[in-house]
Amino acid sequence: MSDLNQQMANRYKNNFLKEIEEQAEMGEWVKMCMQCGLCSGSCPTNFQAGWDHPPQEIFMMIRAGKRDEVLSSGSMWMCTSCYNCYVRCPRKVPVTHVMHGIAEYAYRIGRAPKNQPTQHLSKTFWDNATKHGRVNEVKLTQSLYFKDGIGAGIKKGLEMKDVALGLVKAGRLNPLEALGMGHKCKDVDGIHKMLAKARELEAQRKGRDNKGA
Amino acid sequence: MTSVVATNQTILVVGGGISGMTAALEAAETGKQVVLVEKNPYLGGRTVQLYRYFPKMCHPTCGLEINLRRLKANPRIQVLTLAEVTGIRGGRGNYSVSVKLKPRYVNENCTACGECGKAVETEIADAFNYNLGKIKAAYLPSNMAYPQRYVIDASIIGTPDAERAKAACKYGAVDLDDKEEVITLNAGAIVWATGWKPYDAEKIVYYGYGRFPNVVTNVEFERLADPHGPTGGRILRPSDGKEAKNVAFIQCAGSRDENHLRHCSRFCCMGSLKQTHYVQEAYGDAGKSTIYYIDIRAIDRFEDFYQKVKANPNVRFVKSKVARITEDKDGNPVCNGVDVEGYKRYATAHDLVVLALGMEPSVKGVDIPAEVMSDSSGFVMADPANAGIFGAGCATNALDVNRAVQSATAAALRAIQVVNKVARAEA
Repeated sequence: MSDLNQQMANRYKNNFLKEIEEQAEMGEWVKMCMQCGLCSGSCPTNFQAGWDHPPQEIFMMIRAGKRDEVLSSGSMWMCTSCYNCYVRCPRKVPVTHVMHGIAEYAYRIGRAPKNQPTQHLSKTFWDNATKHGRVNEVKLTQSLYFKDGIGAGIKKGLEMKDVALGLVKAGRLNPLEALGMGHKCKDVDGIHKMLAKARELEAQRKGRDNKGA
Repeated sequence: MTSVVATNQTILVVGGGISGMTAALEAAETGKQVVLVEKNPYLGGRTVQLYRYFPKMCHPTCGLEINLRRLKANPRIQVLTLAEVTGIRGGRGNYSVSVKLKPRYVNENCTACGECGKAVETEIADAFNYNLGKIKAAYLPSNMAYPQRYVIDASIIGTPDAERAKAACKYGAVDLDDKEEVITLNAGAIVWATGWKPYDAEKIVYYGYGRFPNVVTNVEFERLADPHGPTGGRILRPSDGKEAKNVAFIQCAGSRDENHLRHCSRFCCMGSLKQTHYVQEAYGDAGKSTIYYIDIRAIDRFEDFYQKVKANPNVRFVKSKVARITEDKDGNPVCNGVDVEGYKRYATAHDLVVLALGMEPSVKGVDIPAEVMSDSSGFVMADPANAGIFGAGCATNALDVNRAVQSATAAALRAIQVVNKVARAEA
């Protein structure tokens, strides 16, 4: 092909669909969407203001190559994992997983929306849980409450104090966790090694896929 | 005992709907002996339960009448109604078939005068009208029923009602001692034309069929529009009998869905486009239709029909598969979903919602008493290893009437070739 033809061909090449297929988990399902709208209509989060693009629109935007709009969209982060869309999809597209896959990819390459509450929760939860192999509830709550400053954190803490005391009484919350004590898993090193290995395998798999494309 | 003359040069046709009738007639008109077996007490199958056909909007009774004339004029066809094939043994060119005959309790003397129906008090669900109404337990299935003979429902046998029917009959046609029997007959080739059934709407839980009275199916809507139907042809909604002037049609209700029917049922888009005519016909400009669709599949020559409906200002098209039906305080069904053209959420109330149900082969889940291959949707496929049994019509694929007739003619030709071979071998 001549250079001019090549340029023309490139203009029509949808690199973003390919990028999602290769990089985002379950991204290969995007092309299976037939735009019926059953996923969006079944989504309970669309009653909330944070819902910019329903799943089927995200799928269409990916095919249309709207990279910036998709990656910076808050929609994937609004998914509550209720799996309504997943079980109903006439094409058996695992919509829930695809949305999570795109969200994770957007975060990984630093394009996810900043200060998105679900994203903040996910990150905080992950760091907290992987540190000792078990969730430190006190520290997790603290880091979430104080996200928007000390004043807001104290206010929120006071609002929730009855719930917290109830949890302590029922033995569901250990106040000593605030000092870094409380429950841990038996083999913290093992957990860390396991996670490191998983990351290594993931990188290997993605690398191989890239070469193949 | 019912006596049937059949040899290994006879063609057995299983199913007396439009496909089975066509296959039987085509074969018989070439000079072959045919036995036509039908499970219902009448011929015509689901075709006679339609109000009108697309694309010409003519009445199925017309086409049926032509076929019945051909049938009555042809001495080579033996018709068995209330009959089911229960077993097939043997092979191509030499089958032995058991057929179970259910009692009709009414013999050939019947003139369809209707006196037994007047005498009987018990009412049963009206199966011909998809159970939308009730009929007497001594009944003629439909005005066009062939054979034109009453049926006495087995549920009243042994009750005083049965005796009343017998007493009312001036012709000695009521035979309460009629018994179920199983007969065996020979056949050289078999045409399997058992047709289809509408997909079970209650399985599509989010559409609320069975919970909301004003959600009906496409086959029920045919009966609502038919002057011989339960409402006398007035399109009234079931909950309160109000005139349904704002009707929603939901396409792909069950079809093209891995959780329900994998295949596109092909006829339902045209069916709904046709049914918008019924609404228009009944209420003029006050009759509004809304079609919710994924994409309209008005296959090949029917594109023109679609374009005409599209040009009608009283028909609205919404590109979206409805995700959920709810009911408002007035009992109106409300369609909820997201419109693909603009991705806007909608919640639109209608007087009546019609689910354009897909076609499920009647043979699916039924133990076909012979080794016949079926595809992933349950439709019968041609099996070269067993090439004396041929599928026809909707038993083989989701087809409209026109295509079912073509398929049946093709099956008849294949069956004729088999019995011709048998005849040559024996000559």
